[in-house]
Amino acid sequence: MAAANLTPVTPGVFTRLIRLMPVVTLGLLTLPVVAGLAGIIAPALGWLPALGGESLSLAPWQALGQTPGLGKMISLSLTSGLISAALSLAIVLLFIAAFMETAVFRLVRGLLSPLLAVPHSAAAIGVAFLLAPSGLASRLLSPWASGWAQPPDYLFPGDPFGLALISGLVLKETPFLLLMCLAALPQCQASQRLKVARSMGYSPASAFTKAVLPGLYPLIRLPVYAVIAFASANVDVAIILGPSTPPTLPVAVMRWQTDPDLSLRFLASAGALLQLGVTAAALIIWWLIEQLLASLLTCWRINGKRHQAEQLSRWLGGSLIAALIFLLSAALIGLAMWSVATWWPFPAAWPSPVSLGTWQQATTTLGEPFRHTLSIGFAATALAMVLVIGCLEAETLRTRALSSSAITIIYLPLLIPPVAFLYGLTQWQVQFGLSAGWLAVVLGHTLFVLPYVFLSLSESYRRLDPRWSQLGAALGAKPSRVFWQIKLPLMAAPIGVAAAVGFAVSVGQYLPTILLGAGRLATLTTDAVALSSGGDRRLTAVYALTQLTLPALGFALALGLPRLLRQRRSPRHKKHRPLSA
Amino acid sequence: MPGCRLAKFLICIIISATLPTAFATNLSPTATDGAENNAASVSWASIEAQAQGQTVYWNAWGGSPTVNRYIRWVAEQVASRYDIELIHVKLDDAATAVSRVLAEKSAGNLTHGSVDLIWLNGENFAAMRDNDLLYGPFTQQLPHFSLTNPQDNPEITTDFTRPTEGFESPWGKAQLTFYYDSQRVSSPPRSMTALLDWASANPGRFSYPRIPDFLGTTFLKQTLISLVDDPAVLTHPVDEQSVDAITAPLWDYLDTLHPLLWRGGRHFPASGPELKQLMGDGELSLAFTFNPSEPAATVTAYQLPPSTRSLILEGGTLGNVHFVAIPFNARHQAGALVVANFLLSPDAQTRKQDTTVWGDPTVLDSQQLNATQQAALLNTAEHPAQLPATALEQVLPEPHPSWTRVLEKGWITRYGSR
Repeated sequence: MAAANLTPVTPGVFTRLIRLMPVVTLGLLTLPVVAGLAGIIAPALGWLPALGGESLSLAPWQALGQTPGLGKMISLSLTSGLISAALSLAIVLLFIAAFMETAVFRLVRGLLSPLLAVPHSAAAIGVAFLLAPSGLASRLLSPWASGWAQPPDYLFPGDPFGLALISGLVLKETPFLLLMCLAALPQCQASQRLKVARSMGYSPASAFTKAVLPGLYPLIRLPVYAVIAFASANVDVAIILGPSTPPTLPVAVMRWQTDPDLSLRFLASAGALLQLGVTAAALIIWWLIEQLLASLLTCWRINGKRHQAEQLSRWLGGSLIAALIFLLSAALIGLAMWSVATWWPFPAAWPSPVSLGTWQQATTTLGEPFRHTLSIGFAATALAMVLVIGCLEAETLRTRALSSSAITIIYLPLLIPPVAFLYGLTQWQVQFGLSAGWLAVVLGHTLFVLPYVFLSLSESYRRLDPRWSQLGAALGAKPSRVFWQIKLPLMAAPIGVAAAVGFAVSVGQYLPTILLGAGRLATLTTDAVALSSGGDRRLTAVYALTQLTLPALGFALALGLPRLLRQRRSPRHKKHRPLSA
Repeated sequence: MPGCRLAKFLICIIISATLPTAFATNLSPTATDGAENNAASVSWASIEAQAQGQTVYWNAWGGSPTVNRYIRWVAEQVASRYDIELIHVKLDDAATAVSRVLAEKSAGNLTHGSVDLIWLNGENFAAMRDNDLLYGPFTQQLPHFSLTNPQDNPEITTDFTRPTEGFESPWGKAQLTFYYDSQRVSSPPRSMTALLDWASANPGRFSYPRIPDFLGTTFLKQTLISLVDDPAVLTHPVDEQSVDAITAPLWDYLDTLHPLLWRGGRHFPASGPELKQLMGDGELSLAFTFNPSEPAATVTAYQLPPSTRSLILEGGTLGNVHFVAIPFNARHQAGALVVANFLLSPDAQTRKQDTTVWGDPTVLDSQQLNATQQAALLNTAEHPAQLPATALEQVLPEPHPSWTRVLEKGWITRYGSR
């Protein structure tokens, strides 16, 4: 074995490969996003020869400026993005403050992880059915309590203030932020900080806010930014729960983009660029508030008071999280009921008679979409995992973290609204003759999967005790061996979770699948969206439930498999127990 | 060494930028099956021969399980009859396919397009024609096209007043049909003025899809036709001088109607299917669709109350024909032609009109068919929610497309932002 060579002059193949990873990753992410953006800048300036736009002009921007309700569209996108992110973050922090390191905490963690797998549109449809005037809540109260023989006529969802939209977004973003916080807590030594503060007499919530939060927030800042960007630019939730006169800006852009009147494509491109500006504005506003709060709260943090709003935060944190889990589960139960419903009129609270007809009808056509979803999901996740682990391993080899601009590039696909660059990207795909199909779709999915995988894996990877690797190296193992035989087994659990998150993201992709695959690769999600345009809630429910089965299985595997492996390994290697613990 | 890193980064970008080109050369087809022959000079038999073994990508709305099932049947038929593999690319909106063709044209892809056949009509057709995105004229080549008797049925060759000029082949018919829950509504309104009275007696129980959804726009057109003194003016392009005077009664009508609508006219359903869903939920008591057999089909599918009934307004309602067209750069033109021809066959049209299958009215002229074919077409099941064929004879023509633009713009300015 060449392991005796203690002074490696030329790095091995493994090391060289790993060093290349960050470069490949950054290129793979930057190129499509930049190309996609470039693809809409030209039409936004009136240049699109195929539609007769052969001179540069500001006409699209003038048309955009004259759009009725533009101001309202912008403010809706801004407020729904900022308020939903603030609410989700507040709920998560209140909850952690009140319940960190308790049994409730572990219970909620177990309950929320699978809910992360619920696709956005499915959650939105479920919430809409729950709270609409003819929805489940109203049915349960009618007619005995409400006196309604026919559904009442109140404006929710779709209220002009976007409250329904905000609640739908909060419902989906809170589990995500909680998972991100869970990953970051050990990284900032939350436990130790909490213990010190508690020993100094701070009650739990005060101890968390004053001692843990200042260390925690910087670690979850990027996920929070991703949430703001998503919430301000999202289409699938806004189209179901948002107002319609006018809609939010991204919904309007999507409508212009798909309008039969092709001259609106110029307007759509200008609108997409404006949306980019709106998302940027939302992030800047958030950042300003961050700065303001940081300076305001410094005095408060060191005022020495040990008990502040203790009961309130406990009560709020607990009840908000409970309400959230309740709402999401109720939405899913509502969907499950619709999937077996026959004729189910208002105000009947239960479908009767029930039938498996819709399931049978759907399963005959599910085979191919199922296979496509699986193969694309696996490939995109695998590619993203290789690149992310490669980048993180490169960090260890270079013994310094990726630069902050590199990190920003990794999150670029999350921060730039997809409407802004996907249409442009399709243009380039055709331009380069990269044929529409499986490969193009996998690469497109990787764009969105990779940032989430990075989000979920990076902190755990970085906090892996370096002494394991040092020990391995001291015993003569080459970096590749240290990586394969020490690091990967130790990281099995977080790698599993990251893969499950990535897979879930891939399963939920609609626009990249349909645009880059020319619609030829039917997946569960593309079929679900096409069918839900037909307005049969039974079929929509069947597809939404199937759609979330795959990611839920992924999460179950990710959480269960490492535990199973550990159990099988430990009896045979009793001496090495601490290694695999 | 930041400079070094930057250089590596740039090199990488260049490598990834050239990758797609590499794919392009690898993947570009060797066969010239998409090469354009002058199709008019080629006999139908040779087109069928050329179509053998081709894979035809048919981009069509995929929102209706019944339509999807019918298309699956078509796929089985053309596979066994012509050895064509037909793939239904399910879309939520035909515009997605239009985008694709447009992107291909922009990129100079003139013979290897990814869309072979597309289901469309009205605005999408006009947009594709205006931008030279369609192949044709081709309908005269289709042996079954003569069964539609285009000379005597002008709607077969006119799409929203625009002559099709052979660039799209008729597939089925649509007519604006109202439907209501007869348990709640004993005497439904049969005219637009009656609708206003009905709405004030039943506030919050009627709505229409948000403009520019095509069904919503159809509602505006239908209202305008019933309010103008001389509907003939609508068959001509919009005249800037008189447009305000002509549309004024419509806006007055809507100003009165909107407070009486579902959600007080502050929120509108996104589409026809959502309108139907609201009927199913009991939020609405009266709605409308463009497919006369949809109420019956959806009662069977448990989506509408069993007490649903249909009606056509006095004096008739707007009707039109929907078509299939072939993009200018379709890679499998021969296959697409054969499929378009099969869709016009008596077998395919009869099955499509069967209410237990889809219930989409045929575009064939029964005079052109033999006795057995005629009998098969007439033999469709009856359903209480379905209107008899005789009720669907008063069809109003679509106004000139320029009115669509005016109505949509006017609506969005007035009601699009409240």
